Amino acid sequence: MTKPVTKLRVEDKLYQNRYLVDSGRPHIKVRPHERPSANLLALIHVCPAKCYELNDKGQVEITPDGCMECGTCRVLCEASGEIEWNYPRGGFGVLFKFG
Amino acid sequence: MIEEEFDAIVIGAGMSGNAAAYIMASQGLRVLQLERGEYPGSKNVQGAIMYANMLEKIIPDFRDDAPLERHVIEQRLWVMDDSSHTGVHYRSDDFNEAKPNRYTIIRAQFDKWFSRKVREAGATVLCETTVTELVRDGRGKVIGVRTDRAGGAIYAGVTVLAEGVSGLLGTRGGLRQMLKPEAVALAVKEMHFLPEEVIEQRFSLKGGEGCVIEAVGTISHSMAGLGFLYTNKESISLGIGCLVSDFAAMRESPYALLDAFKSHPSIRPLIAGSEVKEYAAHLIPEGGYKSIPQLFGDGWVVVGDAAQLNNAVHREGSNLAMTSGRIAAEAIVEVKNRNAPMTKRNLSLYKTLLDKSFVVKDLRKYKDMPALLHTNACNFFTTYPRLMSQAAQNFMRVDGTPKIEKEKATTAAFIKARSRLGLVSDAVRLALAWR
Repeated sequence: MTKPVTKLRVEDKLYQNRYLVDSGRPHIKVRPHERPSANLLALIHVCPAKCYELNDKGQVEITPDGCMECGTCRVLCEASGEIEWNYPRGGFGVLFKFG
Repeated sequence: MIEEEFDAIVIGAGMSGNAAAYIMASQGLRVLQLERGEYPGSKNVQGAIMYANMLEKIIPDFRDDAPLERHVIEQRLWVMDDSSHTGVHYRSDDFNEAKPNRYTIIRAQFDKWFSRKVREAGATVLCETTVTELVRDGRGKVIGVRTDRAGGAIYAGVTVLAEGVSGLLGTRGGLRQMLKPEAVALAVKEMHFLPEEVIEQRFSLKGGEGCVIEAVGTISHSMAGLGFLYTNKESISLGIGCLVSDFAAMRESPYALLDAFKSHPSIRPLIAGSEVKEYAAHLIPEGGYKSIPQLFGDGWVVVGDAAQLNNAVHREGSNLAMTSGRIAAEAIVEVKNRNAPMTKRNLSLYKTLLDKSFVVKDLRKYKDMPALLHTNACNFFTTYPRLMSQAAQNFMRVDGTPKIEKEKATTAAFIKARSRLGLVSDAVRLALAWR
């Protein structure tokens, strides 16, 4: 059972970081879909903050609170229109202490 | 005629933006710099090694007050398999010089310092401000920007896009294409804190000396990637990055890769007992020369990571960023001093000067390397590292096997893995891409 362990580890990692979450204004949205494309599905594994998860209907959902704004999901899924990606409003989002 | 409040707007306060803003402000231009983070550096991530030469060309006496961690006296290049590393180490007392050549830095601290210099030079720096759109006139010339702050557009003679690797504004504004997954790497990194004396003991360092390790091999799970470990004063920056296209195809998780790298027997003892205080992720442009987009246009130039100026082979990025920012600024200052308009034609001076610099010359030298590494990731990052480890172990282990038989076994292993033709072809292609 490696998955729950991995999940725990990422949350532990993200816990070290500083964020100013812009409540109610997620900077990334997943377009409603029936079946996710291969790239969208890959984000469940590839997103370094594990923001993407599969719901029980087999659709991909995002909770961008732990997002480090790397842009990987944008590179993989913006062209197809499956996600909408914007920078958070000025001052919001991840605030690296060391970078 | 719209009144220009500024001679130049710089978007972003990373290495390239700070270099550009500093040079232009120092030369008396009215400069506005916009940064979306709470403070300069809060969105920026780098390994990080900073090369002195390129900063000296901007701020010659930077050593007086810049927050520098350690000057690098030892570099270790490792090829790793699951239980070993084979390495080339270069350590020299010559690097203990009055003006050292390379330093480790912590970006959030360094960028705050650089930004202070920019403000002291006379630029207006506005943080917590996300630029949402480029403003153009009827002919398509970029004449300013709109931000998420209240109030209308801000106008300037020229806009310097130093917006970083993601480059939202430039790609959405049609100035350049979207990043391709095979031309960009995703890197994750942790900051491991340890007492200064523990770091110095583990790496045999004294008085501000630093050691850096860069590693390829089975750590990247057959993807094109690189692991790194850099010593700071009281911390170790440790991370790993691989091409986004490989991550997506293999469905690998970067944090799992990082944890595996950390628990490798060659790495684990170096960070034992550390306290992790941050986990970061960032993209790195890897496409090289062939990915460099249009660098200038009517009323705009693009610099740094946004222009894909990164030397993946030598792991140099921030120095190319700084240099492109400086050169773009110098070109703008020259156009301004001629009282000429910031047209595409006049701003082409930036590219002319950049082409003559090490930035474009180095990227041109390795123009075929990204494609080679991308298409042969399994061979270069798994097969050869395993073969090298086996060969080294076979050579070192004394077990009564006659040496001639050991050598035959090693040769046979290489041929079995890649065939004679494959070996020759790999060597030739690598040599050609390196040339």
